[in-house]
Amino acid sequence: MASVTVSHVNKSFGEFRALDDVSIEFADGGFYALLGPSGSGKTTLLRQIAGFSFPDSGEILIGGEAVESLPVEKRNIGMMFQNYALFPNMSVFDNVAFGLMVRSTPRHEIKARVGEALELVRLSGYDERKPHQLSGGQRQRVALARAIVFRPRVLLLDEPLSALDKALRLGMQVELKRIQREVGITTIFVTHDQEEALTLSDKVGVLKDGKLLQEGPPRELYERPATAFAATFLGDANLFEGHVEEGELALSDGTRLRATAPLAGVGKATCAVRPEKMAIAEKGEPLRADHNHLEAELQEIIFAGNSLSYLLRRGDIHLRVFAQNRATAELQPGQRVRLTWRVADTIPVEA
Amino acid sequence: MAVSDTERSPTRRRQPSNAKSIVGLTGPAYLWLIVTILLPLAAMLYFSFLSDVPLPGRDWQVTLSNYAAFFQEDFYRTLMLRSLRLGFEVALWCFLIGFPCAYVLAKTIKGRWREALFLMVIIPFWSNALIRVFSWTMVLRGNGMLERLLDWLIPGFGSLNLMFTYEAVVIGLVHSYLPYMILTCYISLSTIDDDLIDAARSMGAGRLTVLRRIILPLSMPGIVAGAVLIFVPVIGSFMEPRILGGREGTFLGTVIEDQFTSVFNWPLGAALSFILLACVLIIFAIFQPILRRAS
Ligand SMILES: Nc1ncnc2c1ncn2[C@@H]1O[C@H](COP(=O)(O)OP(=O)(O)O)[C@@H](O)[C@H]1O
Ligand SMILES: [Mg+2]
Repeated sequence: MASVTVSHVNKSFGEFRALDDVSIEFADGGFYALLGPSGSGKTTLLRQIAGFSFPDSGEILIGGEAVESLPVEKRNIGMMFQNYALFPNMSVFDNVAFGLMVRSTPRHEIKARVGEALELVRLSGYDERKPHQLSGGQRQRVALARAIVFRPRVLLLDEPLSALDKALRLGMQVELKRIQREVGITTIFVTHDQEEALTLSDKVGVLKDGKLLQEGPPRELYERPATAFAATFLGDANLFEGHVEEGELALSDGTRLRATAPLAGVGKATCAVRPEKMAIAEKGEPLRADHNHLEAELQEIIFAGNSLSYLLRRGDIHLRVFAQNRATAELQPGQRVRLTWRVADTIPVEA
Repeated sequence: MAVSDTERSPTRRRQPSNAKSIVGLTGPAYLWLIVTILLPLAAMLYFSFLSDVPLPGRDWQVTLSNYAAFFQEDFYRTLMLRSLRLGFEVALWCFLIGFPCAYVLAKTIKGRWREALFLMVIIPFWSNALIRVFSWTMVLRGNGMLERLLDWLIPGFGSLNLMFTYEAVVIGLVHSYLPYMILTCYISLSTIDDDLIDAARSMGAGRLTVLRRIILPLSMPGIVAGAVLIFVPVIGSFMEPRILGGREGTFLGTVIEDQFTSVFNWPLGAALSFILLACVLIIFAIFQPILRRAS
C-alpha cells in the first residue's frame, strides 16, 4: 500500500492539452473518485499514474518514490478495465494467477492466494471456467481479483461499473467498497457518474477540460461546490446570477439574496442553491430572518411517487425545487408561490 | 418445443421454398467444384492404377506398380522428406518474417500509413509469379545484385554462390508465400483487444511474457491457417525449385511435373501425387489436436 502524489502534471496530444497542471494527493489506503464528464482527461490522468503513458512535465510519486521513468510493468499497480479485459484463452484461475506467475511465485503459494482472492470476490469454485462462460458481474469480480491478488501498491479502476446494468452496478458498488476496506489498498476510481463518486469514495476530485477544479470529501464537495460547473455536475443546482451590492447578491430585478458569508468584491457574482434545500412557503408562514425569500410562478409539478419536483420561473430564471411527498396544501401550476431557504444554503460559486 | 411451434406456424408452407433457395444458391458452386475438381481427381486416381497412359495403340493394364515404386526405391522417399522439410522451412521462415510484420501493421501503425504498408504487402501478389521468380535469379546469381550490394557494403566480401542452391529455393518460395502469413496473422492480431495487452503489462508482464502468454496464443488460429496455406502448395511446388534450384532443385513436385510434361508417365505422376496428398492428410491428422486447440 502506498500514497500517490501527482504534482503539476501536464500532458498534451499534439496541440490538445489533455491534462493542464494537475496536482492531487491520494493518501495511503483511501478511496478516491476522479469525477468528470466524458473527455475531461480522467483516463489520461489514470494512465499517467499507471505508467502506460508519460507526462510531458510534472512529477508522479507512488509511496514517495518518483516513478516517471518506470514503465507500467515495473510500478506494481493493479488495474481494472472498463470492458474487464480478461484473457479469453485462460481459465478464471489462470487469469487471476497471471500477476503471480509473472512474479515467479511458487506454485503452492499461487494456488493458495488465487483461492483467497476468489473467495474475497465470492467466486470460489469458478476456477476452471473460461471468461465467456461467466456473466458480466462475475467477469467484473474476476477482473478485480486479478488486479489485487499480487498485492499491488495502488488499485486503479477506469469506469469499472459502467458496463453493468443498474441493479448489478449497485450490488458491485457495495462489494467494491467492502473489498477495498478489507484489503485496505489505496484506490483511485474514475467515473462520470456523480452518484457513484459520492457514495463510494472518501474523497472526490472534479476534472474538467484537463483541469482539477476542486477536491474534497463528497459531503463537502456537495455542500460547498466552488464553481457553477461543480455545483451542476455534482447533483442539481439552481444558479442565481447578479452583482454584488453591500455584500449581498442583487438579481437583475433588484431582489437581494444573502449568502453564507457576505460577498466580497464588486461586480458580477453567482450563487448556487440545491433544489432540496428550498421549500415552498405555506400561506401565512412568517418571514424568517435567517432565510432568503423569492416569489416565483409555479409552472409544473412532476410526481415521482415518494417525491415531487416543482418547476418554477421567475422572469428568465428557471428554478427546481425537490420535496418529499407530504404536501398539505394543494398547489396548482400557474400559481404564484413564495420560495424560502436558509441563507446558509446559498453558496457563492465561481461562474 | 420449438420444432412443433414452427410446424404449426403459418410460415410452414414457406419452408420448402427455403430449401429450394439453399439448393439454388449453393448448387452452382458445388456443381462447379464437382466438375472442375472431383472429376479430374477421379480420373487421376484411375490413371494412377494403370501401367501406361490409356491411349489407343498403347498396351495398358491395371496395376499397383506405380505405388509400389515409391516404396521400393529410396529415391522417392528421400524426395518426399526433402519436400516436407522444404514445406516446414518455408512456413517457418514465413512465420518468423511475417508475424512481426503483421504485428506492427495491426498494433503499432495507425491510419493511412497502415493502408500504404498493406498495399506493399499485397502488391507482390498482383505480379506474375514467373516474373517474380526470374527477378530473383537476377538478384541471386553470381555477381548479381545481392553480391554487388554486399560487396559495396563490405569491400572484399567475395561471392555467395546462392543461385542454384537449396537456399535460393527457400528464398524464392518465402517471397512468394509470405503475404499469406502476413494476412492471416494480421487478421488474428487485429482482433486482439489492446486492453488485454495493457492488462497484462499492468500485472507486471514484460514484453516477452506478453508475447508468449497473450499475443501468440491468441493469434494461433492465424498462424496455423497461414502455415497450412503455405505448407500444402510448397511441398508440391515445382516452378521455384526448377528455376532457382537448378540441379539442387529436385523435389517431389518437380519429379511429378516431369512425369506429366517430359517423361510422359502420367500413371507414375498421378500415383506420386496421391502419395503426397496422403502424406499431407496424415500430417494434419497427427497434428489435429493441436490445430483444433489453436482455432
Ligand atoms: N492518445 C491520444 N491521442 C490524442 N488525443 C487523445 C488521446 N487520448 C486522449 N485524447 C484526448 O484527450 C481528451 C481526454 O481523454 P480521456 O482522458 O480519455 O477522457 P475521459 O476518460 O475523461 O473521458 C479527449 O478529448 C481525447 O480525445
Ligand atoms: Mg475514459
